[in-house]
Amino acid sequence: MAHSLSSGKQPTWGETGLGIVAGLLALLCFVIAGKAQDPGYGFHAVVFMLAAAGSVYAIGKRYGARAAEPVPQVLPDGRPNYNLGPIKFATVASMFWGIAGFLIGVLIAFQLAFPILNFDLPWTSFGRLRPLHTSAVIFAFGGNVLLATSLYVVQRTSRARLAGDLSPWFVVLGYNLFIVVAGTGYLLGISQGKEYAEPEWYADLFLTIVWVTYFLVFMATLAKRREPHIYVANWFFLAFIATIAVLHLGNNAALPVSLWSPKSYIVWSGVQDAMVQWWYGHNAVGFFLTAGFLGIMYYFIPKRAERPVYSYRLSIIHFWALIFLYIWAGPHHLHYTALPDWAQTLGMTFSIMLWMPSWGGMINGLMTLSGAWDKLRTDPVLRMMVVSVAFYGMSTFEGPLMSVKAVNSLSHYTDWTIGHVHSGALGWVAYISFGAIYCLVPWLWNRKQLYSLKLVEWHFWISTLGIVLYITSMWVAGILQGLMWRAYTSLGFLEYSFVETVEAMHPFYIIRALGGVLFLAGALLMAFNLWRTVTSVEPAEAERPVVGSAVIPAE
Amino acid sequence: MSDTYMMLAHFAQTWGLAYFVGVFLVVLAYALSPSRKGRFDAAARLPLSED
Repeated sequence: MAHSLSSGKQPTWGETGLGIVAGLLALLCFVIAGKAQDPGYGFHAVVFMLAAAGSVYAIGKRYGARAAEPVPQVLPDGRPNYNLGPIKFATVASMFWGIAGFLIGVLIAFQLAFPILNFDLPWTSFGRLRPLHTSAVIFAFGGNVLLATSLYVVQRTSRARLAGDLSPWFVVLGYNLFIVVAGTGYLLGISQGKEYAEPEWYADLFLTIVWVTYFLVFMATLAKRREPHIYVANWFFLAFIATIAVLHLGNNAALPVSLWSPKSYIVWSGVQDAMVQWWYGHNAVGFFLTAGFLGIMYYFIPKRAERPVYSYRLSIIHFWALIFLYIWAGPHHLHYTALPDWAQTLGMTFSIMLWMPSWGGMINGLMTLSGAWDKLRTDPVLRMMVVSVAFYGMSTFEGPLMSVKAVNSLSHYTDWTIGHVHSGALGWVAYISFGAIYCLVPWLWNRKQLYSLKLVEWHFWISTLGIVLYITSMWVAGILQGLMWRAYTSLGFLEYSFVETVEAMHPFYIIRALGGVLFLAGALLMAFNLWRTVTSVEPAEAERPVVGSAVIPAE
Repeated sequence: MSDTYMMLAHFAQTWGLAYFVGVFLVVLAYALSPSRKGRFDAAARLPLSED
């Protein structure tokens, strides 16, 4: 408050308001915990209650430690006073969830090869661990990478401190609380059974609040930018944040049975529900796993290669084409189902058209290296990001191909789909994330360089080998599976029983699991490397003078 | 039911198509106009010129 005396410290509206809301939420959750009809739901009420009570404590403690004046927007030397605390948290969280998610992936890959590893327990069955794996890698790992990079890039390219005081912390901590609630829910059997949208109504509601805050923080930071142009990476991040909000609301329009029950019913029914689900599902790929990570590409590749974006005009054209086309591609997940034929054809047509804007992005990313190709030999971090763009090109070619009905009649429901998803997820999303994190950690912790580029080399080659084992085994397995399913004898009977096709998959499942082990091993090397970077590499520059104690985030 | 479908399909295949083509042309004109070349070249260097 501008008029407050230098000696008098007053809580801000945000501190008072959030403190009261969190206190009330803790009380509500206490009541719900007592009346919950399901032990898992009761457990979640306790988790929310502790988190809300913890927030009240943290807000109070932070208030006690901070200076009376608001945090300065600009440092004494004229540079913006960037807010890095929440970004550091999201970076560490992404590495933690990444390793957890890869580990569960390896476990379920071995479960498919050796079913005894289900341990005959409900909590460790494939059906519960599979959504734990997908959510951990997409939303926990990928989501934290997107939070960290988007909040970093928007500050740097706007030359402005992140908007909000408590809100960036609420976004990052709230998002991770949602992850914990979602993940433990799957293990306890709480799921609404929608792929990539498994969390039940209460977790969805909480995520909505977190996500709207994220959107507002991002927009408000852009609004106070000191750079006239909004850099293209921010356009991609904005498309990702805004569209995910709309998708999340549309696909989770559910009515809870009661306040005391985790169960809810979706308002859509039958094939309309299926259509809404895949409108959501495919755009989760298009806007979460593509637009957001293209935002990362457009900042971190030019930065690391020290070259400008190859064609800024191309970036504008492919941005608008990509977001206008992606939103229609969902029906290709429902070929040969009860969905009307015209809708299937529409989904297929838009998927094929998507090939062009996707490759526009790939060409722009790769060609940004023109004049710096030699760096691929010496810099494994840049190589990782460039290989990721190549994988992006490959999987965005394979995707339209698989959306063609004739191809889909062979590929659908087979492991070819799993191979396709992982060439995108491991090759594109994870590699561009690894590259970005390798860049970010020294910048955030003010370190001269990474602890060891040699370890990055090892990470690169081990995990590349892992990806190759994974996707080739799944291609072979998928096509074999598809052909076996459609094989007829001369008398018109199916040639193979289903269990024979399962048996034929066995060797490929083992190869796939080994690929996963290599990918996990690479990520462990990365975590070690980053840990040593933070703890033992010398600072890049003398520590900046601390302006008031408030620049130290409350954790 | 089929009347509604025919109506929507007709709209999508005519005005919908014209709308998308129009939007795409506007984007092309915006991105390729020579008067913005300097601004976009500067924007392409934005990550390199920050402090």
